Amino acid sequence: MNEIAMDEPSRSFSLARVPGVAWILGVLLIGFTAFSRDFLTGPNLHNIGLQSVILLILALPQTMIIMTEGVDIAMGAVLTLASVMLAWVLVHNGSLPLALAAALATGLMFGLANGMLVALLKMPPFVVTLGTMGVAQGLALIVTDGQSIVVNSDALQAVYGGSLAGMPLPLLIAVAVYAFSHVLLYHTRFGTYVFALGGNAEALKLAGIRANAYLIGVYVLGGLMAGLAALILTARMSSGHPTSAIGMEFDAIAAVVVGGTSFEHGKGWLFGTLLGVVAVGVLRNGLNLLAIPSSAQVACIGLLVIVALFIDGLKGKQ
Amino acid sequence: MSFALSKPGRFIGALTADLKTIAYRLAAAMVICVILTFASDAFLTTNNLLNVLRQASLLFLLASGLTLVILTAGLDLSVGANIGLSACIAASVMKLSGSALLGAASGVGVGMCIGVANGLLVALMRMPPFIATYGMLWVVHGITFWYMAGTTIYGFPSAFRALGSGYFLGVPIPVYLMFVFLTLGAFFAQRTTYGQEIYAIGANRESARLSGVPIARRLILVYTVSGAMAGLASLVFLARMNSAEGDIGEAFTLPAIAAVLIGGTSLFGGVGTVSGTLVGALILTLVLNGMNLLTLDASWQPLVTGVIVILAVFLDTLTRKRAEARK
Repeated sequence: MNEIAMDEPSRSFSLARVPGVAWILGVLLIGFTAFSRDFLTGPNLHNIGLQSVILLILALPQTMIIMTEGVDIAMGAVLTLASVMLAWVLVHNGSLPLALAAALATGLMFGLANGMLVALLKMPPFVVTLGTMGVAQGLALIVTDGQSIVVNSDALQAVYGGSLAGMPLPLLIAVAVYAFSHVLLYHTRFGTYVFALGGNAEALKLAGIRANAYLIGVYVLGGLMAGLAALILTARMSSGHPTSAIGMEFDAIAAVVVGGTSFEHGKGWLFGTLLGVVAVGVLRNGLNLLAIPSSAQVACIGLLVIVALFIDGLKGKQ
Repeated sequence: MSFALSKPGRFIGALTADLKTIAYRLAAAMVICVILTFASDAFLTTNNLLNVLRQASLLFLLASGLTLVILTAGLDLSVGANIGLSACIAASVMKLSGSALLGAASGVGVGMCIGVANGLLVALMRMPPFIATYGMLWVVHGITFWYMAGTTIYGFPSAFRALGSGYFLGVPIPVYLMFVFLTLGAFFAQRTTYGQEIYAIGANRESARLSGVPIARRLILVYTVSGAMAGLASLVFLARMNSAEGDIGEAFTLPAIAAVLIGGTSLFGGVGTVSGTLVGALILTLVLNGMNLLTLDASWQPLVTGVIVILAVFLDTLTRKRAEARK
């Protein structure tokens, strides 16, 4: 069980554990700096940061879900639905707090549903969330009738464009979410049980701990974060669109996997996910600068995941 | 576990058990038909029924290969994306070469290559099938969009189009294809050593390995078959639509998985039949067709299919729990 010990943040910087993701990130940074003059500039780095915020908010809870040997592939669709709900409430009611509450409630419902189906009914997470993905996608289409809901709200604009003490608001939200996730995973009982759920759920049950409640909690967290991400997404696009975030869960899962979290044995670390998010963000941004279409970027990220999983598999055999 | 490898008596026993599960599902399909007959005047017409059969046959072609994968306790999430790329490459080759045969061959070939890649990832690199094929989904999807770059390829030779929209003796050609592949699939799964080994892998991989089943090779085989069937399904779809775009296959993954699960094949492996999948495809198509006739618009389809998948997995999990409790 010394893997878990190594996941302590204080020890994760030792050179022996310089993880694959750091090398990947280094190669990407050097490569893009060499091939594109616009890459290593202040405005562009700022851009990468802003674009990675939503990804980070999704990837952090996804890390915990994957650590429990689960996965949530409905996240992109739930984010889309939450964004649509947020835009709808904002257009019909005008109150941003109420709209955010609607988005969070949407995420909460789906998180609860996913968690209960996985934890209580013991259904395989991949197929369960594939099903709820269809449901969320369908609801988003039904609510919007396939159209965008355009929002003209100064309050919403301020969320994406505003800044506090010189820091853009979305970045501050990202920092807060990271700090929250870090404390939750490494400094609370909840986090300890998340590690245990993936490593040995049976032992947890035998110790008389209500493992199911914690498993549901992890999925609920994923749903709530999707709801929060909806705020930033809707603000960025000034609209809710029924396909806006379809597939975004893949970028998040890619970031988690590239960041060194394993689908087996509850091995995972949040800082790796942060690096993974930056790697995916840098990859997308750099390919953009090189004028490579976003479709080809998806293929590149897919390859990145397969390579990362392959390395993961090699390490597992040792 | 009733995967009798040789004893004819137990084999027939297993077969009648299969017939029973299929009979239940056929009865359910009949009930849906009766309800729809009363609910909509447009349901019980030759045109509509042929339409249902044609749609079900396309879904079955895709889902039949997937059935073999799920029988090994695996999953192929890339089938929808596979349809997209296979159709686009087939269309493009057909346009460039003018040969329908060459186009069709390249479509199936591309599908097969994707299947081989999945098989290698799962069998040799030991990746969890869900994740390997999920990654493959996005790789294939990306390549398709990149290749098509927003363009549409349309207008194919009529000989090719007959594959999707032609009739023979008043019945759509895809329906014949469906029965050909039902026979082939059922024979392969039930009557060949390969098929029995596939069941054995799904039922208990460790004991299959110990009894000398070459697991890696059989896994590569099922993913390859699944890919090739997706390639074939893409041809039928292409011939029917008469045009190819990048997003052509996206809507197929969830229905294909739903068809397999409704057909009684267990996600946990080792239990299920190809003929069950045919009934599953039929039931799902009937439901979607009924929604259509009752003027629920198409945006309801992913929602309904999603709910059906969840219900099917729920029943599957329940059945498995009961079977385990009985032991």
